[in-house]
Amino acid sequence: MVSIQQLQKVSSQVRRDIIRMVTMAGNGHPGGSLSSTDILTALYFGVMKQDPATWTRSGKGQDMFILSAGHLAPVYYAVLGRAGYFPVSEMATLRKFGTRLQGHPSIEHGLPGIVQPSGSLGQGISAAAGLALGKKLDGEDNYVFTLCGDGETEEGQIWEAAMFAAHHGLDNLIAMTDWNHQQIDGTIEDVAGEVELPAKWKAFGWNVLEADGHDMEAIVAVLEQAKALRNGKPVMILFHTEMGHGVDFMAGTHKWHGKAPSAEQCAVALQQLEETLGDF
Amino acid sequence: MKKYIDTGKKDTRSGFGAGLHEAGKADPRVVALTADLKGSLKMDAFAADFPERFIQCGIAEANMVGVAAGLAITGKVPFAGSFAEFITGRVYDQIRQEVAYGNTNVKLASSHAGITLGEDGATHQTMEDIALMRALPNMVVINPCDYNQTKAATIAAAKYEGPVYLRFGRPSVPNFTDPDEEFIIGKAYVLNEGKDVTLVACGHLVWEALQAAEALEAEGICAEVINVATIKPLDEDTLVSSVLKTKAMVVAEEHNCGGGLGELVAGVLARRAPAPIEMINGGDRFGQTGTPAELMAAYGLDAAHIVEAAKKAIARK
Repeated sequence: MVSIQQLQKVSSQVRRDIIRMVTMAGNGHPGGSLSSTDILTALYFGVMKQDPATWTRSGKGQDMFILSAGHLAPVYYAVLGRAGYFPVSEMATLRKFGTRLQGHPSIEHGLPGIVQPSGSLGQGISAAAGLALGKKLDGEDNYVFTLCGDGETEEGQIWEAAMFAAHHGLDNLIAMTDWNHQQIDGTIEDVAGEVELPAKWKAFGWNVLEADGHDMEAIVAVLEQAKALRNGKPVMILFHTEMGHGVDFMAGTHKWHGKAPSAEQCAVALQQLEETLGDF
Repeated sequence: MKKYIDTGKKDTRSGFGAGLHEAGKADPRVVALTADLKGSLKMDAFAADFPERFIQCGIAEANMVGVAAGLAITGKVPFAGSFAEFITGRVYDQIRQEVAYGNTNVKLASSHAGITLGEDGATHQTMEDIALMRALPNMVVINPCDYNQTKAATIAAAKYEGPVYLRFGRPSVPNFTDPDEEFIIGKAYVLNEGKDVTLVACGHLVWEALQAAEALEAEGICAEVINVATIKPLDEDTLVSSVLKTKAMVVAEEHNCGGGLGELVAGVLARRAPAPIEMINGGDRFGQTGTPAELMAAYGLDAAHIVEAAKKAIARK
């Protein structure tokens, strides 16, 4: 396994990629992408058993991932690109006509690594439960991971999926929440009240783990802990994160949920993020 | 005209149940999901014989559609079943993203379609589902005409790779097609050849169209009858060559006017073979409580109305 230091180097580059992609596109979702960068970096470069060379959509014999919060496409694409699923140069095409890097993840355009389209919220977790059940029926012991936004859990379907996965004993399903407390219209608390995520997921019959979503060591440790549980219950990892993490003027606010930086803002942001693997 | 014999009324949902069971025997990839409607969807035999492949999802249709998509991605052939309204309108966006846009091999098993669901009333009687489903890219839309054909269509849907919307119903309706005939997706079945008017129908209105053709024959009018069991992809060529011969058409369906088979076929005729066309459908309104027979009569979905429509179409030639 790669070292924590290497993972941190990857995530710094991924954050640069996100900023540069969204700036070039002129639009997109940098805030949540930056808050979930460390989580997805740990998953793809450290924890998940998935090989870009042998990847197929059916996921046979490999771990699988569905991005339920589809608007986090920039971080998803940056991580997939850096992991070798497609040439990193293609990141420059984000959101441009004819690209495989559609505004939200798509199957139709053939980007390797994508299992299922997402963008309409609350649905990826159900598809992930279906993948987990399929693996169980096939006697496979691989894992299925999915990442939800915290605001996304306002969708009722999330809780339908929560009941289903617990009832069917999908302990090969590891869901994660990017708990950055921000959504388009403001803080989660302002929009939807006190969300009480740990109590809710426990009440739905899940294992609930919590970790600092920007501490690479803690992220890897909690993911390994989640894999080891296998106690007949699915796992929810609540990652405490900061919207826009890594760029000071984007951090801790909902204002960068779906807005691209200007060229000047991009330059300021990039000064705060070390170029570790070479920009695309 | 060619004689069709009702071998005994049967519900088309039982045709689905029988087809599902047979598909499950033939192919271990077939799995069945339901949202607390196992009995209504006639999945009991499948669930009894293949318990590990029967997945109870509870009253949570949105999640069921996503789970079905996930199962399909891993290589299963999932049939996700509920009442027609709850497996279309209630979960339209889930179907759009997870099944149609994701192009997953999910079969949406849609029972109790139309007003003939009966006494439950309009909340449960969708007359809009064909319009919703045929609007989705990648989606195949099938509405077989009787028990035998629903069974055959279910088996064909299991073999077909891609999203399918399979529509059937609750009431017992005449069972008259050949039980051994293989269902061909995308084929319109010419049940009777005629020269004066073409009667096009889907679902159990195909039987009504045959009855109408018999009545017309008694009046010296020779009607061609076509069973459009697959609404999408539509067998345009069969419809066009028929209307080029008869020069008049009636389209009958247990569905509202908006976006149904009638408008679909009218579009084809407008493009390829303009001719007078009359439509038998539920209009632009909701259903209501009643027995299936009462509702069919009240909404004009029967042979008598098809006969009148045929005469109107012929008069407009």
